[in-house]
Amino acid sequence: MRKAHDWLDQDAGPVVRPYAMTQGRVAPSGGEFDLVAFVVATSPETGRGGVLQPEHHAIVAAAWEPISVVELASTLDLSVGVVRVLLGDLRSAGLISMYEPPAASQPHDVDVLKAVVNGLRAL
Amino acid sequence: MDSVRSDRNGASSRIPTALKILIAGGFGAGKTTMVGSVSEIRPLQTEEILTGVEGADDLGGVESKTTTTVTMDFGRITITEDLQLYLFGTPGQDRFWFLWDELSQGALGAVVLADTRRLADCFPSIDYFEQRGTPFVVAVNCFESEQRFGPDAVGRALDLDQGVPVVLFDAREPVAARNVLIELVEYVARRQLTAAGSR
Repeated sequence: MRKAHDWLDQDAGPVVRPYAMTQGRVAPSGGEFDLVAFVVATSPETGRGGVLQPEHHAIVAAAWEPISVVELASTLDLSVGVVRVLLGDLRSAGLISMYEPPAASQPHDVDVLKAVVNGLRAL
Repeated sequence: MDSVRSDRNGASSRIPTALKILIAGGFGAGKTTMVGSVSEIRPLQTEEILTGVEGADDLGGVESKTTTTVTMDFGRITITEDLQLYLFGTPGQDRFWFLWDELSQGALGAVVLADTRRLADCFPSIDYFEQRGTPFVVAVNCFESEQRFGPDAVGRALDLDQGVPVVLFDAREPVAARNVLIELVEYVARRQLTAAGSR
């Protein structure tokens, strides 16, 4: 008789499909989140968030200090799309604040550029 | 950059600014090497929805949307507590343009890596950034110190607009890779001053 999961080995890849964590939802509620938007947890208390998954809790824990969307995805090893959906849930539950970057059309401040050059030189 | 939050029992934490730089170029041009030599590199998964994208895998008969997982190189350089530089090694294939669109939105600029043995590989990247108006520098990755062409020759061969910097470097050398980034940021600043002056 075959074992139940004899196909499940190193090469099987992720066993949980990414969007299973979001119940199949692919778009966050209440708009997009920029890759370089910053997330901050508003409270360590996630009990009032209704049905939260471990990934939601992981985001709140990681966002105690401001952290960007892309850093969250990389740190928690979740895909950016999944992180966005979960952030939508957390924002609806009032557990995080979002800080969007300045409008894209805005030219970069020359002082900021100078700071970048100086910072790179100091590396 | 100046947004300060002061809720949460009076504790305040400043919201940093993150600037994006794209590292583009053909397959094997040294994107991963460059991101890794100048920053702490980590993989970043982006699972994206493909909807009838031209040139995507043939999905004949499959009616529903499908997703594709793209892993790219992500590197972070901390400039100051309030200022971070993110590097994205962008996948080169045409069918990932949708990723580029988001990455280049509001980006500081791009580094196009060129390999003089396969110069044509970087044409799509250059076309893309020229059309989007994203400032870029061309960095020629010199493998095994064999370099038969100077920056001027490469610039002419690529038919670059005047002023676009071309630099020769070794992507494995952290200092050289860092200097390419400095070249890019200084070029962005020069462009900005010129634009402000002509107004």
